[in-house]
Amino acid sequence: MSRLDLLIVGAGPAGMAAALAARRHGLEVMVIDDQPTPGGQIWRSVEQAARRDDILGPSYVEGRAVAEAFRASGVIYQPGAQLWQLEPGFRAFVSRNRQAQVIEAKAVILATGAQERPVPFPGWTLPGVLTVGAAQILLKNAGQIPAGPVWIAGSGPLPLLYAVQLLRAGGQVAGYLDTTPAGQWRAALRHLPRALCASGDLAKGLSWAAMLRRKAPVIRGVIEIEALGDGRIETLRYRTADRATATVEANTLLVHEGVVPNIHAALSLDCTVAWDPAQDCYAPIVDRWGESSQVDLFVAGDGAGIAGAKAAQLRGELATLRVAVKLGSTSEDAAAVAARPIRRKLDRELAVRPFLDALFRPRPQVFAPADKTIVCRCEEITAGEIRALASVGRPGPNQIKAATRAGMGPCQGRQCGYTVTRIVGAAQNRPPAEVGFFHIRPPLKPVTLGELAALHQPAAP
Amino acid sequence: MFRKLHEPEAGALTIDIDGVPAMAEPGESVAAVLLRQAEPWSRLTPVSQSKRAPYCMMGVCFDCLADVDGIASVQTCLRPVCDGMRVARQIGKRTIGS
Amino acid sequence: MRADVVVIGAGVVGAAIAYGLATRNVRVLAIDGGDRDFRAANANFGLVWQQGKGLDMPAYQQLTRGSVELWPNFSAELADASAIDVHYDRSGGLSICLSEAEFETQRTTLLRLHNQLGGAEADWEMLDRSALVRLLPTVEFGPDVVGASYGPDDGQTNPLRLLSALHAGLLRRGGALRGGSTVHAVHSDGSGGFTIEFGSERVSAARVVIAAGLGSKALAAQVGLDIPIRPQRGQILVTERLAPFLPIPMQGLRQTREGTVMIGSTRDDPGFDNSTTVEAGAWLSARALRRVPALRDTMLVRQWAGLRVLTPDEYPIYAESQSHPGAFVAVCHSGVTLAAAHAALLAEAIAAGRLPPSLDAFHQRRFDVPQAA
Repeated sequence: MSRLDLLIVGAGPAGMAAALAARRHGLEVMVIDDQPTPGGQIWRSVEQAARRDDILGPSYVEGRAVAEAFRASGVIYQPGAQLWQLEPGFRAFVSRNRQAQVIEAKAVILATGAQERPVPFPGWTLPGVLTVGAAQILLKNAGQIPAGPVWIAGSGPLPLLYAVQLLRAGGQVAGYLDTTPAGQWRAALRHLPRALCASGDLAKGLSWAAMLRRKAPVIRGVIEIEALGDGRIETLRYRTADRATATVEANTLLVHEGVVPNIHAALSLDCTVAWDPAQDCYAPIVDRWGESSQVDLFVAGDGAGIAGAKAAQLRGELATLRVAVKLGSTSEDAAAVAARPIRRKLDRELAVRPFLDALFRPRPQVFAPADKTIVCRCEEITAGEIRALASVGRPGPNQIKAATRAGMGPCQGRQCGYTVTRIVGAAQNRPPAEVGFFHIRPPLKPVTLGELAALHQPAAP
Repeated sequence: MFRKLHEPEAGALTIDIDGVPAMAEPGESVAAVLLRQAEPWSRLTPVSQSKRAPYCMMGVCFDCLADVDGIASVQTCLRPVCDGMRVARQIGKRTIGS
Repeated sequence: MRADVVVIGAGVVGAAIAYGLATRNVRVLAIDGGDRDFRAANANFGLVWQQGKGLDMPAYQQLTRGSVELWPNFSAELADASAIDVHYDRSGGLSICLSEAEFETQRTTLLRLHNQLGGAEADWEMLDRSALVRLLPTVEFGPDVVGASYGPDDGQTNPLRLLSALHAGLLRRGGALRGGSTVHAVHSDGSGGFTIEFGSERVSAARVVIAAGLGSKALAAQVGLDIPIRPQRGQILVTERLAPFLPIPMQGLRQTREGTVMIGSTRDDPGFDNSTTVEAGAWLSARALRRVPALRDTMLVRQWAGLRVLTPDEYPIYAESQSHPGAFVAVCHSGVTLAAAHAALLAEAIAAGRLPPSLDAFHQRRFDVPQAA
């Protein structure tokens, strides 16, 4: 295949918006995505889920028109494709239908979105414990809900929204363990005026909370949770800041403590990242168009810092505008004019963020799991094992990885990376920004030796 | 562990999970079907043989790995079902050639 | 801060020397670099290997064989000292041949090495395909495999566990370890000892050992040693965990005790660049599948690259500075195989304050004269 103008990784809000903009500029653009259908996580299965529109609500349904336009735009769309290596220049190595392929492009937009922040606690690996996002995906993708009353533990807009969707769908909430630290609203308050100017999102959130309180027990100030059971969760134990431990029967537990950008692809190309203290995560440093420290490599959407679906679409459009300038299909001036209204809308979308970030800042226990807690789900390495090594000789996360195998499994540190950084930081009295993160090596997603070998040309090393 | 909100409509299909037939619908993931079974788990870990089930449903935890149509270590949350698909829970370390 | 000996570098070379010093009741401090430094020790393949090594340098063949001989005791003592099992197996080792020509070349090489030793009984053998299949009946070899050389004393270890064990052993035997520290100056303190500066700190020591891998060149120059070293990139693949199928390691293909399969390794020279390339990954995979085709559906989990520390003849440098007596340098690749020798012979020598004649051949002065054609 000839060299594309633009390769977009991810078919969520940012990726689809970037692709639509690219088609408007006449660029030859391909979108690869690891899901089977467009929409990303926020609009997962939006093309097929019509019968669940009432449950999922209007901001989900909005995605259907976007997906339709995306399909009709003339973009080359490759679903079910996993990017496993990206080389500068660019060459993207992708696995699809168990075949490796090479895609060359002049520019790349990473629109890889977010994942839920890993929340390690004792028992989080037991069947029956899932993330809230996972449960919502099951609702969108398969129209299914927990069979019995479900416990929800966490903080943020998503668990509230899911609880409301679940109740609308006829599901039952056994209890809602709100882990938002008490008093955090005070820190959030100073961001409230700006947030109020922005949108109706806050009112929506308040109405969700009100509905939930009418239908389910809400326990506030939960600081620790533990899942117990033999082969699946049977019991849930939790502790609140002001009360003793409670132990309850549980067969499903959903957890959520916010989302963090998917930065593995950016890290693998050594894009400069910076610690975002408000969102407790790393995010690639990008300019006002979304271009990273690597020339012609852009990051759009939540992958560049959490800002939500609407902002993601706007950031996707901005990135494409800049790509179009660089490839000569529009002028600097025209792009500047076109960017103005997009940036205005983006500012409005971003206005609510500082308030949400401050209000739903994860409780400190998320970053300091008890010694017995498994931190690396793949290699089954506990917090205690990491902690014991972290205080000897001042190792960084990569030395911890080498010494313990934490981060060496198939998930490539996606579930343990931040926890390792935090435990190392706590043991050595260093801020996470200084501790750093795992060195991300290919493959970004597992690929078979057979697929890789098929790319061998006898002239190689 | 999970239940569907509606009865399967026209187009429902059947997949085989460790020899047990399971109802599925086009478009849903293998992991979603696994979570509706009486044994709602996907694998025993290669490290300690502990039971795991789909956890993240978005391709970032690798706990939903199973053998699909004879191919081991498939991320079942990313794999849509198709009629007649054969799924086997993955037990510990896979063997070479399987 | 004071120490008898400061070892600069706590990779597998420096850590083995420091551990060896600590077991000899020497007050030793090892200074380790940053988390993202080039660390050959973290990129090692994990063979404890003598087969085929030391052609054209008999002293290296002797050193290697001596170290392999020490390994069983060394790993047992290290396990006692550190409470870490380094997964050492003296399982024997295979060098697979993919053509009759390769088979003959390998036979000739091993014969030459054997003759170089002089007189000793052969401790290796060439296996044709049927003998190889008898040795490893559970492995389905690819059709190109014509045979292998087999060395019964060769084996494997887990290089990352080895490094952890050396660090833990060093500490438990009374040594000290400072991590995340880059040494920027080494100089004489004017009374026969040395001052080593790192970060905003300094430490005094009667002796100093520079074992900082590729960082050694600049440090050695400060004590009057000009050591010609260069990086050579090596790339390695590792797969998901498989049920045990390969009890004997092969050069370039081994199964770890965890079950993962390691596939190595390439050699190229892009300078100080430890990025990985798809070309190398594809080549390594293709080569592994020629040996064991059934690995084709196995998932690759990680590919990485490390920088070997190479001298012009690729053999180690062990030297004491003439202008700064008490300052030693130790740089090499194969730091895992040589770890047992480093912890014994080399640590002993440094504790005593002078290198033994058996290491004379490794002085860097061998590079000062023009090489014979």
